[in-house]
Amino acid sequence: MQFSIGNILFYWPKDQVTTFYEQAKTSTAEHVYLGESVCSKRRELTLKDYLPIGQSLQQSGKKVVLTSLALLEAKSELASLKKVCDNGHFLVEANDFGAVELLSQAGIPFVAGAALNIYNQYDLQVMVNKGMKRWVMPVELSKDWLIQILLGCEALGIRDKFEVELYGYGFLPLAYSARCFTARSEDKPKDQCQLCCIKYPQGREINSQEDSRLFRMNGIQTLSGKIQNLINDLPSMHDLVDVVRISPNSPDSLAWVTMFQQNLDGSSPIALKDFCNGYWHKIEGMATY
Amino acid sequence: MDLLSPAGSLPALKAAVDEGADAVYLGFKDDTNARHFAGLNFTEKTLRQGIDYAHDHGRKVHVAVNTFSHPNRTQAWFDSVKRAHDMGSDVLIAANIAVLEYAASHYPDLELHLSVQAAATNVAAINFFKQFGISRAVLPRVLSFQQVANLAKDTDVELEVFAFGSLCIMAEGRCYLSSYMTGESPNTAGACSPAKYVRWVDTQHGLESRLNNVLIDRFKENEKAGYPTLCKGRFEVDGRITHALEAPTSLNTLDLLPQLKNINISALKIEGRQRSPTYTRQVTRVWRQAIDMVKTHPNDFAVKDEWNKCLSELSEGSQTTLGAYKRAWQ
Repeated sequence: MQFSIGNILFYWPKDQVTTFYEQAKTSTAEHVYLGESVCSKRRELTLKDYLPIGQSLQQSGKKVVLTSLALLEAKSELASLKKVCDNGHFLVEANDFGAVELLSQAGIPFVAGAALNIYNQYDLQVMVNKGMKRWVMPVELSKDWLIQILLGCEALGIRDKFEVELYGYGFLPLAYSARCFTARSEDKPKDQCQLCCIKYPQGREINSQEDSRLFRMNGIQTLSGKIQNLINDLPSMHDLVDVVRISPNSPDSLAWVTMFQQNLDGSSPIALKDFCNGYWHKIEGMATY
Repeated sequence: MDLLSPAGSLPALKAAVDEGADAVYLGFKDDTNARHFAGLNFTEKTLRQGIDYAHDHGRKVHVAVNTFSHPNRTQAWFDSVKRAHDMGSDVLIAANIAVLEYAASHYPDLELHLSVQAAATNVAAINFFKQFGISRAVLPRVLSFQQVANLAKDTDVELEVFAFGSLCIMAEGRCYLSSYMTGESPNTAGACSPAKYVRWVDTQHGLESRLNNVLIDRFKENEKAGYPTLCKGRFEVDGRITHALEAPTSLNTLDLLPQLKNINISALKIEGRQRSPTYTRQVTRVWRQAIDMVKTHPNDFAVKDEWNKCLSELSEGSQTTLGAYKRAWQ
């Protein structure tokens, strides 16, 4: 089983991002995802900045994937997407079927991101024919669902045509909206947001009136209120999952790569207080099984 | 510009046809459609009656098979497609690649519309789904009017937009809030914030609405208590209790009608298959009048107060918005 460091979902200052990837070079994760998937207005780093970071990570032995926006509304966003797809060097993670279209038309292999609605073996068959090399399972699906879908892929003869990646650790991306919730929480219109997401390096908590953590706003994205942590479920993933993703919410998240690797066989489990893992166990995502 | 009305039942279908809807959309009584609520939707028998009624009046029936098929039960979705086709539906509305591909390869004569649940918000995404022969795309409620207008210029696929009804504030088909809280999502179970998880509790703090035991809202005596759709709850953000995502409200685009016509939108969709036949009747009546007026009086179209009054009364929280069409909402 291999590990990946997901792209940073939050808006961090440039210095913090570059420091984070310097540290990532020394992590034992095999794969690193780079780039912006949430909001096209976040420009602390642009593609021009990510490309040299990617090359540097590659030189230290990492396999690098450039990610792309999940919600594409403006024509300018499609133009930026095209630049990511045409980077000529790195694999691209498609988070919208628009990206799948551009990549497949250009004959470029890709990773199908978790934001794509892929729910069964027939969907995967179409994706494989389009050039998909790795599939990141939608976060709401379970171990049972994955078993069924892979059985279906075996029957179609495509089980060995792609890798399976899973969100193992991190706040889960749950929804995308036209509305910027973070700007609205500061009574700012989206068009005058002053890039206020940068003040919330782990997003902004949405709690119930009884103080349970429900969600986390991150610009136009809504994340899970709790961090999903499948560290104790690793033994149940053998033969199902090829890559486990650690989705960072702080520089400290890199430490989870090591902790996960130490518990591959289940010998170093942790107490799951404050984490959730319900989706994997086919119950509500916020629950802890 | 066609008027497409919702039918959660045969009486609703008849009401829509009687009030002048050009077409109605509906689904089967199972989880292959995204409004899978108890007591709603169509059996083969009622669908047959509904199609006969609509066709006798020269109207069309669109059947939504628009959830995402489960890997071990794909046949159920394929069967729904077959039923829709064999019974003489005019259009199939689908979102799932597997369903679209099945329909395109088995029933090439069946008109295919891309469901809003497919979340195609840009021309490249629409182009992706063109491989299945879609003739129309229903746009998610995340685009500003200008973005819809740009898209209309850039694609030769017909566009259908939501004109009125409960406002989904997330890109449709890409929202897992419901499964995060209840385990059931619109994509796989066909319902958001399912009723079986809803509980109302009278407490000393007021009437509480709960979803899978999570407190969604708390109402004072003089407040109207709405269904606990989880994105419309009152939550706490840094000490402030607020509708952190959205307040209960409905979309109403009457004000945009001349502009929607100018950019050649093919159909206006009324949300609300989960609502009553009376709702369908009243909303269809208003929109029929409005569309007729914008067609006959394109230059001096004016929204009538009585239309807005009627629609507000049928709206969530009795208030309406232009939603994402207007950038200020975003």
